Amino acid sequence: MSILVIAEHEHGALKGATLNTVSAASQCGGDVHVLVAGHNATGTAQAAARIAGVAKVLHADAPQLDEQLAENVAAQVLAIASNYTHILFAATAHGKNVAPRVAAKLDVAQISDVTRVDAADTFERPIYAGNAIATVQCADKVKVLTVRTTGFDAAGDGGSAAIETIAAVADSGKSAFVGREVTKSDRPELTAAKIIVSGGRAMGSADKFNDVLTPLADKLGAALGASRAAVDAGYAPNDWQVGQTGKIVAPQLYIACGISGAIQHLAGMKDSKVIVAINKDPEAPIFSVADYGLEADLFTAVPELVKSL
Amino acid sequence: MKILVAVKRVVDYNVKVRVKSDGSGVDIANVKMSMNPFDEIAIEEAMRLKEKGIASEVIAVSCGIAQCQETLRTAMAIGADRAILVETSEELQPLAVAKLLKALVDKEAPQLVILGKQAIDDDCNQTGQMLAALLDWGQATFASKVQIADGAAQVTREVDGGLETIKLALPLVVTADLRLNEPRYVTLPNIMKAKKKPLLVVKPADLGVDVTPRIKTLKVAEPPKRGAGVKVPDVATLVAKLKNEAKVI
Repeated sequence: MSILVIAEHEHGALKGATLNTVSAASQCGGDVHVLVAGHNATGTAQAAARIAGVAKVLHADAPQLDEQLAENVAAQVLAIASNYTHILFAATAHGKNVAPRVAAKLDVAQISDVTRVDAADTFERPIYAGNAIATVQCADKVKVLTVRTTGFDAAGDGGSAAIETIAAVADSGKSAFVGREVTKSDRPELTAAKIIVSGGRAMGSADKFNDVLTPLADKLGAALGASRAAVDAGYAPNDWQVGQTGKIVAPQLYIACGISGAIQHLAGMKDSKVIVAINKDPEAPIFSVADYGLEADLFTAVPELVKSL
Repeated sequence: MKILVAVKRVVDYNVKVRVKSDGSGVDIANVKMSMNPFDEIAIEEAMRLKEKGIASEVIAVSCGIAQCQETLRTAMAIGADRAILVETSEELQPLAVAKLLKALVDKEAPQLVILGKQAIDDDCNQTGQMLAALLDWGQATFASKVQIADGAAQVTREVDGGLETIKLALPLVVTADLRLNEPRYVTLPNIMKAKKKPLLVVKPADLGVDVTPRIKTLKVAEPPKRGAGVKVPDVATLVAKLKNEAKVI
């Protein structure tokens, strides 16, 4: 029994989500292989070979795999799919884009956002914005999963897997890359950050969001996050959104400022180790999940917090 | 060109569902049901393409029980020209829905299918990608901007860390993300008009599709509860707690 993990990478660097996905794969029981489909991705393949628990790395290299277009990456996975009982992707924008395409082509179900592996065919996953956890069993011959990274520890290093070069699939011609607008930031990535400072609708404007929360994030070396309400109001970019339809995070410390705590937001951050809520509404639902609640006006409390750190 | 839009009837996003005590599922008896919010955005986008003269007809499709007709009436009140319900009481999983939609695409021959990126009940985020795979079409998921000209689409997608723009030939499948548009309010005259629009009901067997579930739900449980902590009186106490008790800063 062999298990395939699709590596997630960008600009020649293996992304951390791959490490969590390898951990989930190891729990399915079997040899873990990693597919690196990309262009000039030798460094990524070497990094994948060093992950503990990986038995083999398959490396397909071609210009048409450079931009990770769903049609081409899915075809690359399908070219080797018959060797595997499980195919795992990280439940990221990339993994969610490709995994269902692979599953449908194999005529098998796909299981999204797996948070726990109970057995080789039985998995746990959140439904209804995390308000319920379903245990599901899949009878299909191949299990195609996306793995919620916060559910699994990152695999360590120390591996020395063999790297096998495989033929790249031809370009599907169905889609072409035009451009990418990446939010430039010196801050840690939201899903990898140890500390997150997050703002809600109470921030009032994009300027106030930045003026008040940036100093705190700078002081703590934290990533910035936002509730959907703040994103919808234009106070913060969409890729900062934490919640059911945004990013799922589980940092060591999550500081929620002016966030009321709608269930959709809680779904994205309630697995954080320590939650701090600063809100002037004593009835705000965020206080029901916060380890430390400070009932105060964030516009005075946050600057005071910055000073006392 | 025709646009097909898939809409799902789900528990309203304001409802906090309860897990049934026997662990067999969540209790959705007597709770408010609505159109999946992402599907509303999908319908709105189709309407805007029609209003720009790019689309000639918008067809709304839903798969599920007879009550999904209400969801389709809402879609037609937003502006869809007609609707098709694939009626079944069987539990429908994304692969089955994708197969039903493929059968309808084969009949209706739209150039564009728009779906919400994810339903807020099962949170799967699969159906659009699966439909594109079954049709062997290109896919543009998590769209925040769609421009169509000269038989091609340029789509901006919400990805981790920012935005990505891709170009695809028609026909294609688009899945709608939150910022694609802001759906219009449904007006009473349009609700009345929607009642007179055609709504066709078919069965999965009519389309030759086997919808047997592939995944069995063994158990549905409450998530582990996170206990409320303490309220702190001031910033100084908060900092002291974070340093000495939680040891996270």
